[in-house]
Amino acid sequence: MSNERVQLAHGSGGKLSHDLIKDVMWPAFANEILGEMNDGAQLHISGCRLAFSTDSYVVKPLFFPGGDIGKLAVCGTVNDVAMNGALPLYLSAGFVLEEGFPIADLQRIVASMQQSAKEAGVHIVTGDTKVVEKGAVDGIYINTAGIGKIMDGIHISGKNALPGQNIILSGYLGEHSLAVMGERHGLQFPQSVRSDCAPLNGLVEAMLTAVPKVAVLRDPTRGGLATTLNEIALQSGVGIMLEETHIPISSAVQAACDILGFDPLYLANEGKMIVFVEPESTNQVLDIMQQHVYGSEARVIGTVVKEPRGQVGLRTRIGGVRLLDMLVGDQLPRIC
Amino acid sequence: MLSMTNEEVKKAAAFFTKEIEKLASGRSLRLMEVCGTHTVSIFKSGIRQLLPENVELVSGPGCPVCVTPNEYLDTAIAYSRKSDVMITTFGDMLKVPGSSSTLAKEKAQGSDIRIVYSSLEALEIAAKNPDKKVIFLAVGFETTAPTAAAAILMAAEAHLTNFYVLSAHKLVPPALRALLASGKSHVDGFLLPGHVSAIIGLQPYDFLSKEYHIPGVVAGFEPLDILQAVYMLMLQIHDQTARLENQYSRIVPKEGNPSACTILSQVYQQTDAVWRGLGKIPNSGMSIREKYQAFDALLNIPIIVEETKEASHCQCGKVLRGLLKPSACLLFGKACRPEHPIGSCMVSVEGTCAAWYKYGAGRWQV
Amino acid sequence: MCLAVPGKILARQDMLATIEVGGVTRNVSVMLLPEAQVGDFVLMHAGFAVQVIDEEEAKKTLALFKELEQYAEHDK
Repeated sequence: MSNERVQLAHGSGGKLSHDLIKDVMWPAFANEILGEMNDGAQLHISGCRLAFSTDSYVVKPLFFPGGDIGKLAVCGTVNDVAMNGALPLYLSAGFVLEEGFPIADLQRIVASMQQSAKEAGVHIVTGDTKVVEKGAVDGIYINTAGIGKIMDGIHISGKNALPGQNIILSGYLGEHSLAVMGERHGLQFPQSVRSDCAPLNGLVEAMLTAVPKVAVLRDPTRGGLATTLNEIALQSGVGIMLEETHIPISSAVQAACDILGFDPLYLANEGKMIVFVEPESTNQVLDIMQQHVYGSEARVIGTVVKEPRGQVGLRTRIGGVRLLDMLVGDQLPRIC
Repeated sequence: MLSMTNEEVKKAAAFFTKEIEKLASGRSLRLMEVCGTHTVSIFKSGIRQLLPENVELVSGPGCPVCVTPNEYLDTAIAYSRKSDVMITTFGDMLKVPGSSSTLAKEKAQGSDIRIVYSSLEALEIAAKNPDKKVIFLAVGFETTAPTAAAAILMAAEAHLTNFYVLSAHKLVPPALRALLASGKSHVDGFLLPGHVSAIIGLQPYDFLSKEYHIPGVVAGFEPLDILQAVYMLMLQIHDQTARLENQYSRIVPKEGNPSACTILSQVYQQTDAVWRGLGKIPNSGMSIREKYQAFDALLNIPIIVEETKEASHCQCGKVLRGLLKPSACLLFGKACRPEHPIGSCMVSVEGTCAAWYKYGAGRWQV
Repeated sequence: MCLAVPGKILARQDMLATIEVGGVTRNVSVMLLPEAQVGDFVLMHAGFAVQVIDEEEAKKTLALFKELEQYAEHDK
């Protein structure tokens, strides 16, 4: 790698993150399962199909409208497991605490974790806690790993996208990022802007029970909708065409993005998912989603096309078409 | 502000593109836009795909980050390495390559570099950190320069002794003049920067029609604004007129913003400036007046800057003058990509090459 | 080069104004636009209000965009 030190941009979920994994992690760990490059690993153990995933949570601020680091830590991993077409069952929780961190805050965070676990129907069954000297971490970092049983007859993978399929988005974009970011930049949001952090496994189970032929599931977290769709297009070797006018973005999110110079298509979401499904089953999936609290705004936002492979196009409001690229590094705010 | 349904927007866009195609028939035209925000807007909205092939939209030197020479970045980087200095900067500058490093890399090495959204934020930070020399990287054209000037005035009023500005502000009309004087950038009409014009008004562009007989239209940034401006240019080209027109009348009054201009000239004076790719252009930059020299970083904080090296084979200069399409540069998309840029045209979000790469002209085949 | 956003002034105290756009509020300086008043629509850039929006002109532009067929001047 031409850069010799880790930069913040390596953690953004975009091309640079991919490069770091490709150039450093992959050569060390290389194995077939890792090579699948899905959100979690799909394992076969003694005839049992399991999904296994892990994530670390370093969000600042710790408490934000609509959630906190604890809720995020549970929902994030629950969702990663669910996106494999699995029913999440058990989580582990590892804590790294800074010396001096208020115990009252820790209590608040674990209570939030338990509440989210209860809603998701999972149990936190093992964990670890470390304390490091003041300054060695910023308050608290949490790692969660989750394991779940893949539903029978279900085969979800980023490689399953096929030309002709419809792409469904479960709801409004950018809410989580703005809720977390807003307070940092002197913006005051209306009450309506809250993190969308939520456990989606219930919705996934309902969908897959009714429509087992769903091909791809993924939650557009770091790097946003654009990056997630690019990853799938590359994995499946297909193209994707999106309709800008179909992508739901609230006026508050759009306004904040306009002010800060961000693009909502690249912002992280923590309670949304993308579904790829054949045209024949699309309405059925939409019905199920729209009747669920976490899918009420679900709609088709685009289709899978044959060419150009590995690329995502956006048909704009005025009827032009342009490339919607993957995030490269950090999305930096701009003035000029 | 302009609320229209999707159907109305599509209809309006279709009308403009149809008319533009009719007016352009039988000609080959180059229209230059000189605002990085226009470059991005045009790409993002897919306007390029809608215009006929014989109407080419060319980007000019309208990206303030792109036209900032390496020396400025090297100076900022050198300052960032001093332990008693804090750099405050717009996000735009963070990844721009200097001769051997970037501010992002220096940040990774431990330099105190903070992103701000406003010169006022930099002032606040200076007030809160009296033990640090806080340097604000003042980059931008006439829209942004008054905001830096205002910050200096406020710093003076508050008697702040640790706030400094490293200025790289530039002026658009002199750059247009230099482009046209070179005689090489064959341009049939100009899309003029709407927000710069909101500050300077219309008069500074008079020379375009009076001396060079080229039509110019001050344009807004919504896709329909840009399409209408192109349509207005096409009408003029068809009628063989060379007037200055204002499409962005809801924002740009003829006289611009006199208060902002007064504050700007209170603090800043015009100087010659070096533009990456265009060389030295007389009276095209701004430097802090003697009265406010206490806030000039270069005059108050001694610094040794490494020797400036320009990247070899980098063709940003030609791209900035509209002489070379990014896809025609040998480095484009190969050695020079957003994740490892060689020239500033690729790293700045508004850089022509970055826009081409990110939005697909050159990679997307529809 | 000039990312700027239109918003409405909700309140003003000396040289600071609270501006609202899409439900989001932010404080900006009106040093560069001292005549700006509560209720005005202004253009914001880099934390400053830099120009007042002419509502009459905005209405005209909108009307134009909506009714374009009437304005076709050339027929080839």
